[in-house]
Amino acid sequence: MKDENNKEKIKSLRNVPMHYCPGCGHTIAHRLICEVIDELDIREKMIGIAPVGCAVIAYDYWNFDVTEAAHGRPPAVATGIKRVEPDKIVFTYQGDGDLASIGTAEIIHCANRGENISVFFINNAIYGMTGGQMAPTTLIGQKTATTLTGRDIKRDGYPLKICELLALLPGAKYIERVALSSAENIRQAKRAMKKAFQTQIENKGFSLVEILSPCPTNWRLSPAEAMKWIDKKMTSYFPLGVVKDD
Amino acid sequence: MNNKNSRRILVSGNEAVGEAAIQAGCTFYAGYPITPQNELTAYMSRRMSETGGTFIQAESELAAINMVFGASAAGARAMTSSSSPGISLKQEGISYLVGCKLPAVIVNMMRAGPGLGNITPAQGDYFQATRGGGHGDYRTIVLAPSSVQEAFELQILAFDLADKYRNPVILLGDGTLGQMMEPLTLHPTPYTLHATQKPWAVTGCKEREPNVIRSLFLKEGVLEEHNKKLQKKFAEIEKKEIRYEEKNTEDAEVILVAYGTVSRICQAVMEKARRKGAKVGLIRPITLWPFPYGMINKLADLKKKFLVIEMNYGQMLEDVKLAAEGKSKVKFYGRGGGGIPQEEEIMTELLHFSLS
Repeated sequence: MKDENNKEKIKSLRNVPMHYCPGCGHTIAHRLICEVIDELDIREKMIGIAPVGCAVIAYDYWNFDVTEAAHGRPPAVATGIKRVEPDKIVFTYQGDGDLASIGTAEIIHCANRGENISVFFINNAIYGMTGGQMAPTTLIGQKTATTLTGRDIKRDGYPLKICELLALLPGAKYIERVALSSAENIRQAKRAMKKAFQTQIENKGFSLVEILSPCPTNWRLSPAEAMKWIDKKMTSYFPLGVVKDD
Repeated sequence: MNNKNSRRILVSGNEAVGEAAIQAGCTFYAGYPITPQNELTAYMSRRMSETGGTFIQAESELAAINMVFGASAAGARAMTSSSSPGISLKQEGISYLVGCKLPAVIVNMMRAGPGLGNITPAQGDYFQATRGGGHGDYRTIVLAPSSVQEAFELQILAFDLADKYRNPVILLGDGTLGQMMEPLTLHPTPYTLHATQKPWAVTGCKEREPNVIRSLFLKEGVLEEHNKKLQKKFAEIEKKEIRYEEKNTEDAEVILVAYGTVSRICQAVMEKARRKGAKVGLIRPITLWPFPYGMINKLADLKKKFLVIEMNYGQMLEDVKLAAEGKSKVKFYGRGGGGIPQEEEIMTELLHFSLS
């Protein structure tokens, strides 16, 4: 099936304009997830969990079953769903505030139980929807609405490396960090998402893909500069690649 | 209710509530240890493995209620249980359950607070249970058993009401009810389950349009419409689901009003007072929300006095006063922090009130 622009239609993605800011990474991440779902032909088995944050209305774009969850709680909600519907494919889509701050306990214990779900962790080093406050992944020295002179490790602590932290847990089976900063990286991001779903389909256990994603609005950069910022600044603290593949 | 095929067993309130959940078709339990309801969690651990259901000891109360949210979203009959401090932690999840119109059963075997308090029985969570408890405008149905048998029966009803109204239901007991053992009559025929279809559940969109479970409504006026629908549902519950027990109110001059554990003491006081010739009655609300305002209001018209007895410092008291609308006298006696009003204490209050 082709759409009006003669592009191959993605069945899992609704053909509607998205509300995201210009250059936002969510649009790319949403599309990649939907492409992978189509390619694996699992749309009718999908149950997604939309996060609190800019992507909360992801269900307006995703054309499969979705539930909201309270901030930080998607891994617990996913646990409940997957245990009741073990043959369905369950994933959470969470930002850095959601997963790495308010929901740290939930993600660690979900991974540690080896829940057979997939997690897509959008790391843009900032709180997007609430107006650019410091995130648990905000880089040292990065200026935000709540770190006006830059993140200070004495005051604010260090950016949290979720992949490396979760890789210590035997329940976590596949963990990779990717970026949406170039065509090449985007293709790798898609391969990682597919592998995460395959890990779940093969009943291997917990999988997580951390996605370094641009937030030009709150970074006060142009979309093109934001992509460069990921490559120049973020990847040196958050190195790309497979962190764990059991 | 008894017949020759009935089976009588001796169990604690916690175990009775657990068995009732299994009988009601509950297939998912998540909980976190807290006294005085630990026997219920342990019971569910055993029974879920026997019946093929899911038991999860969650990392926190927050996680437990959100696991229940997920299981309920996927269409299962799901429950969690805790005691007062743990129920405070669950309030976020309960608000989301209501907002998303998801059924769930939450058991609160209350202990004394505030704060960590201690593990002795109390009724200090009445406001929290009957006024919503979390953020936003909402209500949860609150069922208050006073015996092990009734705890069993109300727990089954809780699942039915939760599914019927797509709303969380709270079974509100206290440490005494949870811990004490009493005979429980189990009936041989399986309890009739409402074979509730849940076309709204997220189960994968095979051969249907995708389902979305949400409590977020951003467009102007849509959230207000959503709230109006919730309020309409609450009004329907207030109309249809009020339950209470009424004893000797017809000729009573003073009516004791009490629920749960302390209502049993009030029953004994009433009987003793009656034997001495005092015209004393008893009202025992079984649903704390919806509260039996109407029947108390009618008795207030007849100038009957109400003596409210609670294991707290006066919470249901406010509902009785609202019901009486100032038309008759309302007095209160209660003890909190684990103190339980004793027969003699209630009798003394009753005597003073009768003479006033």
